[in-house]
Amino acid sequence: MNGSKPKLLQGNEACVEGAIAAGLKFFAGYPITPSTEIAELCAARLPQVGGKFLQMEDEIASMAAICGASLAGRKSMTATSGPGFSLKQENIGFAVEAEIPCVVVDVQRVGPSTGMPTSAAQGDVMQARWGTHGDHEIVVLSPSSVLEAYTLTVTAFNIAEELRTPVILLMDEMVGHLREKVVLPEKSELVVRDRAKPDLPPGQYKPYADYGDPAKIAPLAAFGEGYKYHVTGLTHGEDGFPTNNPQAGATQIKRINDKITYRKKDLPQAEELFTDDAEVFVFSFGGTARSAKKAVRDARAAGLKAGLIRPVTIWPFLEEPLLKAKAKKPKAVIVPEMNLGQIVRPVKRVIGDTCPVVGLNKLGGQYIEPDEILEAVKEAILRGSAS
Amino acid sequence: MALPLEKYLRVGKLPHIWCPGCGHGIVTQAIIRAIDETGLDTEETVIVSGIGCSSRAPGYMNFDTLHTTHGRAIPFATGIKMANPELNVIVITGDGDAAAIGGNHLIHAARRNIGLTVVCFNNNIYGMTSGQYSPLTPRGSYASTAPYGMFERPFDLCELVKGAGGSFIARSTAYHTRHLTNMIKEALKYEGFSFVDALSQCPTYYGRRNRLRTPLDMLNWLRDRAVPASSWDKMTPEEKDGKFPIGILVNQPSTELTKVYGEVMVKAAAEGGRG
Repeated sequence: MNGSKPKLLQGNEACVEGAIAAGLKFFAGYPITPSTEIAELCAARLPQVGGKFLQMEDEIASMAAICGASLAGRKSMTATSGPGFSLKQENIGFAVEAEIPCVVVDVQRVGPSTGMPTSAAQGDVMQARWGTHGDHEIVVLSPSSVLEAYTLTVTAFNIAEELRTPVILLMDEMVGHLREKVVLPEKSELVVRDRAKPDLPPGQYKPYADYGDPAKIAPLAAFGEGYKYHVTGLTHGEDGFPTNNPQAGATQIKRINDKITYRKKDLPQAEELFTDDAEVFVFSFGGTARSAKKAVRDARAAGLKAGLIRPVTIWPFLEEPLLKAKAKKPKAVIVPEMNLGQIVRPVKRVIGDTCPVVGLNKLGGQYIEPDEILEAVKEAILRGSAS
Repeated sequence: MALPLEKYLRVGKLPHIWCPGCGHGIVTQAIIRAIDETGLDTEETVIVSGIGCSSRAPGYMNFDTLHTTHGRAIPFATGIKMANPELNVIVITGDGDAAAIGGNHLIHAARRNIGLTVVCFNNNIYGMTSGQYSPLTPRGSYASTAPYGMFERPFDLCELVKGAGGSFIARSTAYHTRHLTNMIKEALKYEGFSFVDALSQCPTYYGRRNRLRTPLDMLNWLRDRAVPASSWDKMTPEEKDGKFPIGILVNQPSTELTKVYGEVMVKAAAEGGRG
């Protein structure tokens, strides 16, 4: 698959190839549009490369099975869409609490409920952040091209393994079903991180050790390696056994949050285009960012100072590029997204009263066209000059 | 002095959380004895549970142990077995966990014939949440959510697993301790999916509401209703009423799932998929 020869690939296919390049060895899934191709390709590809595929009885079981396989030492992934993402949430929380590395792909479609199964949307931004109950941080990455569906899947596995946490790859139907000519990177160009092994013998090993330093995360022994340790979704101590001690409980919850916020700077940073001298910023992610990029280029061609900020890491929210934009006292920040306004909320929080933050929203599976974004840019510049 | 079975327990985690007179300690002990007598390597044996009273057992057992979400022990265990078929994977579950919220997983694991041994600590009540009726609560029994008596029909779990294609199925009770150990032993030796319906007693939340106040009353209640499987088929429907068969109910060889998948991998590597 890899090498200099161009391939015509779909976003969903690129995701599977990226996962295999990252060392995926177990996939469990359930058929659901528009993510089904990921399961289909895993069924064909994994047994060819020493991996395994299982179509589970439901979405909940798929999420459970990848947690089990990961605890047995194999890199694991599942993929789903809207309704299935809702069903997986309890066990995503289990993976967060029990610190089990795994990758969950959500190819967004129109909701709520069954919605419009074959149509694109970006309505799961907040569910990806807060879908499971309780205080938690979660890493959510969003690709905007077929090539990025490949590279970000590799990155998702690396982050999952390094931070011992589930990572959500938040795709949308547009990117999942998009076919593009891509040149996949050579294997030698990829950074693939494997799971750290405990360096302490059984008996001294603490699977949930608290080193008092968010940079240090306890390695995860695989079941069957002789460590005989306990894993539970109950709040637990450093040895993994449940605790009712309020202080120990608070410390554990704080620790699994801190380990992620501490590493914000290491997560994939936003792509920026023409931001140095921009007067109007477009803040856009995933499939919609493709239109945003064209709109910003068209604006520049028309002599308008527009710039693009495309977040790649959606959660935790990386404020840096918006803070830089804010310091330039822009005329407006335009936030196109295929929902009623989700990512616009943290954008507003960061920008505050510095300038108008304008949501550009479309529903019903309709893509946001470059011209619509260009119009919004023009209007913002006009209004900004008038005031 | 160390007791003979002590190495299988996390002694430091005792005492357990179960109520006085609960049958779950007896069933746990039967599992440990069966592991000991079967000679399973403790480092290659994983014990997985869901949520409920029964599902606290793995915390006291000295193995790799996984206490999962409600009803989902079987799919977690399925992932473990698929990832590493060399491991012996035992699932400890309860009647609410396995037959209500996790019922779908139970039937599909039986259908797939994946090499798990599932022991259901069946006390026919939700104990952890203090006595609501389960899909195994006998008709007419009282529960906190059946204050006028159980009005739904219960499952026969062994028949359910049989209907789903289960190829090793056994039943015993906390009264028949030696027999229960033997049933679990046979289940552990079976290569594919094995299911043991281990009837247990909950004097606190079932017995008190159902004129079976003492643990002894409850154990006698289990004893009096159990019929050896060898006699069961000769009984009339009237004689079977309110009773249940104990023993090995189904035992037929069938190729285990990860073995079958091994063949898939050989085929895929040789010819590539047709996707």
